Amino acid sequence: MSEHENKSAGEVHHELHSHLPPEPALRVKAMESLLVEKGMLDTDTVDAWIEVYAEKVGPKSGARIVAKAWVDPAFREQLLENGTQAVKELDDAGWAVAHLKVIENTPHLHNLVVCTLCSCYPHAILGPPPNWYKMAAYRSRAVRDPRGVLDEFGVRLADDIELLVWDSTSELRYLVLPERPGGTEGWDEEKLASIVTRNSMIGTQRDLSLDEGAS
Amino acid sequence: MTSRDTEQFAPLARRDDEPVFDEPWQAEALGLAFSLAERGVYSPAEWSQTLGSEHRGLLGGGAADTPETYYEAVVKALERLLWEKGPISAEVLEDRVSNWRQAYLNTPHGQPVRLDAAQHDAEK
Repeated sequence: MSEHENKSAGEVHHELHSHLPPEPALRVKAMESLLVEKGMLDTDTVDAWIEVYAEKVGPKSGARIVAKAWVDPAFREQLLENGTQAVKELDDAGWAVAHLKVIENTPHLHNLVVCTLCSCYPHAILGPPPNWYKMAAYRSRAVRDPRGVLDEFGVRLADDIELLVWDSTSELRYLVLPERPGGTEGWDEEKLASIVTRNSMIGTQRDLSLDEGAS
Repeated sequence: MTSRDTEQFAPLARRDDEPVFDEPWQAEALGLAFSLAERGVYSPAEWSQTLGSEHRGLLGGGAADTPETYYEAVVKALERLLWEKGPISAEVLEDRVSNWRQAYLNTPHGQPVRLDAAQHDAEK
């Protein structure tokens, strides 16, 4: 106690609270512990979700789907026709996929995905959404001024390229199938998947760079 | 587009390489939200409606358009759904929050924090 005597009340107060988690963290902890006690939740379920979606899935699952669609015309057709079914057959993805619609970029068409309501996103194949996807700035401007938004991401869309904006819901999520870049002839699926970025599957990137897969 | 819009938006692209979660509790909050939807405590549609409404409410009240505000909305949406769906009343939740706060304050730094540590203070 004596070492505290020379300190201001403010300093002591700060030390006492220095390892107190922020208020929202306490609230989450409170809800989780109450739900576990009520038998409505298993902490392992939450941990598993974090591990799978935040650490394991990432956008790699989506990239594999895109790469397969590039090399397998039958799969591509099935994917565009019924994304949910095609992905289910390929991978054991959870409910987060909900209904998945895959939309294809062409030389004359670009697709951009947003969730104007909150942050609906195909977690099961892309991992958690990037922070900007959840910001009101993106959610409102992607609809009002999509070309301006793309410009911010460095995508200069020629005037003759049609731009479609897709608004996700909890029931229907979208995945953009980007164009396969030239110079990738003969690449296997794994190498192709390595150049598919998360943003290209949301639509805030259009041209894929070959650098990632060059190694 | 006004220059003000551009200023507000420009940081978005720069946010691209940020970690998805700034704090572990943000991941826990989303994990909790998805686990409860998966269990059928509420539907995915109810979740997105509630999250959207809480997020709009915070932004409308002047909160900054940042990830912090988004995750604050996630916590508020969880609380509201748990209350609306019945399992956890506001009073029970507030009690538990203050118990956890007390447990942290009563536990020396570096030691695991257990809920029953909240009792030490009350017993004095």
